Amino acid sequence: MADLRCEIGGIKSPNPFWLASAPPTDKEYNVVRALRAGWGGVVWKTLGLDPPVVNVSSRYGTLTVDGQRMTGFNNIELITDRPLEVNLREIKQVKRDWPDRAIVVSLMVPCEEPCWETILKQVEETGADGVELNFGCPHGMSERGMGSAVGQVPEYVEMVARWCKKHSRMPVLVKLTPNVSSILGPARAAVAGTADGVSLINTINSIASVDLDVMAPTPTVDGKGAHGGYCGPAVKPIALAMVAEIDRDPECRNIPISGIGGVSNWRDAAEFIALGSTTVQVCTAAMHYGFKIVDDMITGLNDWMDVKGYRTIEDFRGLATRNYVNWQDLNMNYEIVARIDQDLCIKCGLCHVACEDTSHQSIAAMRVDGARRYEVVESECVGCNLCMHVCPVDGCITMHRVDENKPYVTWKDDPRNPMRQAAE
Amino acid sequence: MSESSGIAAGRLSAVDVAANFTDVKDPLDRRRALIEASRCYFCYDAPCMEACPTGIDIPNFIRKIATDNVRASAVNILEENIFGGACARVCPTEILCEEACVRMTQESKPVQIGALQRYATDWLMAREGQPFERGEPTGKHVAVVGAGPAGLACAHRLAMLGHEVTVYEARERAGGLNEYGIAAYKVPGGFAQSEVDFITGIGGITVECGKALGRDVTLAALRRDHDAVFLGCGLAGVRALGDEGESLSGVVNAVDFIAALRQADDLTTLPVGRRVVVIGGGNTAIDVAVQSKRLGAEDVTLVYRRGADDMSATWHEQEFAQQNGVRLKLWARPVRILGTGGKVTGVEFEYTRRGADGTLAGTGETFTIEADQVFKAIGQMLVPDPLVEGGNQVLALDGGKIVIDDDRATSLRGVFAGGDCVATGEDLTVQAVQDGKVAAHAIDRFLR
Ligand SMILES: Cc1cc2nc3c(=O)[nH]c(=O)nc-3n(C[C@H](O)[C@H](O)[C@H](O)COP(=O)(O)OP(=O)(O)OC[C@H]3O[C@@H](n4cnc5c(N)ncnc54)[C@H](O)[C@@H]3O)c2cc1C
Ligand SMILES: Cc1cc2nc3c(=O)[nH]c(=O)nc-3n(C[C@H](O)[C@H](O)[C@H](O)COP(=O)(O)O)c2cc1C
Ligand code: SF4
Ligand code: SF4
Ligand code: SF4
Repeated sequence: MADLRCEIGGIKSPNPFWLASAPPTDKEYNVVRALRAGWGGVVWKTLGLDPPVVNVSSRYGTLTVDGQRMTGFNNIELITDRPLEVNLREIKQVKRDWPDRAIVVSLMVPCEEPCWETILKQVEETGADGVELNFGCPHGMSERGMGSAVGQVPEYVEMVARWCKKHSRMPVLVKLTPNVSSILGPARAAVAGTADGVSLINTINSIASVDLDVMAPTPTVDGKGAHGGYCGPAVKPIALAMVAEIDRDPECRNIPISGIGGVSNWRDAAEFIALGSTTVQVCTAAMHYGFKIVDDMITGLNDWMDVKGYRTIEDFRGLATRNYVNWQDLNMNYEIVARIDQDLCIKCGLCHVACEDTSHQSIAAMRVDGARRYEVVESECVGCNLCMHVCPVDGCITMHRVDENKPYVTWKDDPRNPMRQAAE
Repeated sequence: MSESSGIAAGRLSAVDVAANFTDVKDPLDRRRALIEASRCYFCYDAPCMEACPTGIDIPNFIRKIATDNVRASAVNILEENIFGGACARVCPTEILCEEACVRMTQESKPVQIGALQRYATDWLMAREGQPFERGEPTGKHVAVVGAGPAGLACAHRLAMLGHEVTVYEARERAGGLNEYGIAAYKVPGGFAQSEVDFITGIGGITVECGKALGRDVTLAALRRDHDAVFLGCGLAGVRALGDEGESLSGVVNAVDFIAALRQADDLTTLPVGRRVVVIGGGNTAIDVAVQSKRLGAEDVTLVYRRGADDMSATWHEQEFAQQNGVRLKLWARPVRILGTGGKVTGVEFEYTRRGADGTLAGTGETFTIEADQVFKAIGQMLVPDPLVEGGNQVLALDGGKIVIDDDRATSLRGVFAGGDCVATGEDLTVQAVQDGKVAAHAIDRFLR
């Protein structure tokens, strides 16, 4: 049995699986159902100043890929639309009833110190474990000078983080918006503002689709659509890159990370942790399937850790960051070619047509006694992997090393590099 | 003898009969079609395509279903196979496209190509007529004999190519075996006739029903009055057992029974035996067995002289018969049809086995199955009479079929043939359609 307990910026959690600040955490009712299902923590749906915001209908748009619904998910919702006092009362109750779980409160108020000071005091009284500053929301709130409008300006991030540390004993996590050209700007600002951790990513500015009958972006509200925030499985690669960027950045000084974006199962979570996250947060997967999915996350991560011999989250946290390098640090001498396991091959021809039409013409289509046969022309194969990715049979195409373990030579030292500094 | 013995109508209630003869397959709705379509890998040099006798671009039409581009999907199907609707319902896909599907190799669960084909063609047929335009008139006039799949597919393609067509059909209705032969639950709801209307909707095709070659018109006259002739007359004859008991009342040709069933307005008025024996091992045998069961026959036994692998009915059809409560009795051949008072009472069979040289041998041991109705389903054959003129066989025949070349041209100049009356492949609707299509292009080349 692996030990899944973790601690991020002083916030303790029995497991790394938290619900992200979003509709699943908008009310005591939902949160209690989640905690009962086994979630290690929740980030309460973002609180703001009264009067509460008003939401529109409809609110969600989706990307369906090959029949898989909710591959990408887009929303135009704002922060909580319930009175502050109601939320605070419920948070207090939940924390009292569930002392072992991480109860973090997401906040978004105007960029004025007194506003933050006031709300922090109110949150502190609930006994919550920490706060998360929502600088991320790309729609609705940013037009009001909050959310990503703040998150995109590193100076504001640092300033608000500093206020929060000044006016509260609670750990402060800064939630980062991905709608920036480099995530390091706001991340370093959070570090400079002495935040206890960063959470990322919030949603990506998006139009989920266009309703071609209404001729408007979806979700449509009475014939019109606004840009929204994109999340779900489709954003995971973007989130991973941003998490890794922060984790390897010396200036970010190993600031604790709560990884968010498309986490749907234990494997996604393990990947975020391998790139430096301490906890992960989930929204879309829960909104798609309900809270029970955490069972797979907990047991899956546990069993995988047991198999790998990792006893704690810390044992493998960040291990993949070490191997995250820039292109110029890759080994130019490493050479692989594709190989087809003819016994597994089902003769779909996809490897051939992909390589033939769009790559290097290195998979030959043949007929042997009338039967189809696809064969790699090793001399032409550049080891790009495309065939392996398009092959519908797991393990049928594999890549094999053919460079006979030549020395590790990066582009900097590669003789083919015209800019190479002379070795001697 | 109880009241229900012998041959009687109304063995089942109208409700049960209606349920037994509705669509045997549940058509895919949009949601299921999208899920199924997404299973297709969009193969390169797709094996399924090669296995479809009409060469439909299967990955292409399936992808179009997946993108809700359904009209274009249906056009893809119909441009190769104007009977795409019928074929989607009747093709034994388990030995054609779906057998070749790479998902079959991978997981023994092929993409349901037939069901998807039906989804697309039904979609189009529910909304509009056939989607092709009649070609610029060439002034040429082609005679087609037989309004079955071969004849009508040929006629449609000829119309697309600009030729005028007259179809001579012996029966009262067009459609061939789609109208008179295919099992009722495969094409319910008057599908065959609506498809005939759909196909002839292109224009330039006149169907003259009740006009038989050899009776109402002669081949010589057709050749004289038209620029070319296509023979798609199928197999109008039925093989006999050669047993004197065949004349007993209750001994019936399966195809005649099925034709009557297909034409009956009210199936509860169609008499069927209580204990039925079917002799044969093909489509027709399976269909007559299952349909008599579904009409209310109590015991139906299908007896075939060889093993399951030798049956021309596919494994799927054999399973289907068994699921319907038909008993399959293999390795037995009829010796004698038994009767009293002019009525059949049973059939005596002899056990058989494969002899040393692979030929069939009787074991000498016999058994009897009691029956009040016996269906003969041992094969249909070409009726060569219409092809005889002045005492001479005017067309070369071989093995009871019209001899043709790759173009479907017969030994007579300007006369082409296709479908069951030739030997291009299996006797299947889809093969007949391909023959008609190929012949139309050959005729077009011949006429230009
Ligand atoms: C009981 C049964 C079930 C079958 N089930 C299936 C199935 O499920 N799937 C499948 O793919 N195939 C099935 N088949 C086979 C399929 O029906 C045939 O292969 C197909 O219909 C052949 O088409 P065709 O146009 O060559 O002949 P037909 O469909 O037989 O059409 C020939 C037409 O020519 C007419 N004709 C005949 N002689 C003359 C003449 N002298 N003058 C004018 N007209 C004439 C006939 O009346 C008929 O309309 C089945 C066949 C039978 C008998
Ligand atoms: C409907 C909806 C509402 C959201 N509201 C908030 C919010 O109020 N505050 C916040 O910080 N993030 C909010 N988010 C962003 C999520 O917390 C999370 O960062 C994002 O959805 C990525 O995670 P996922 O891919 O697991 O969904 C919202 C997301 C959705 C889908
Ligand atoms: S993609 Fe894979 S299964 Fe398909 S032909 Fe190539 S090797 Fe075979
Ligand atoms: S016509 Fe028949 S064999 Fe061809 S693709 Fe359609 S169902 Fe398959
Ligand atoms: S073989 Fe199967 S998976 Fe491949 S194109 Fe045909 S239907 Fe699709």
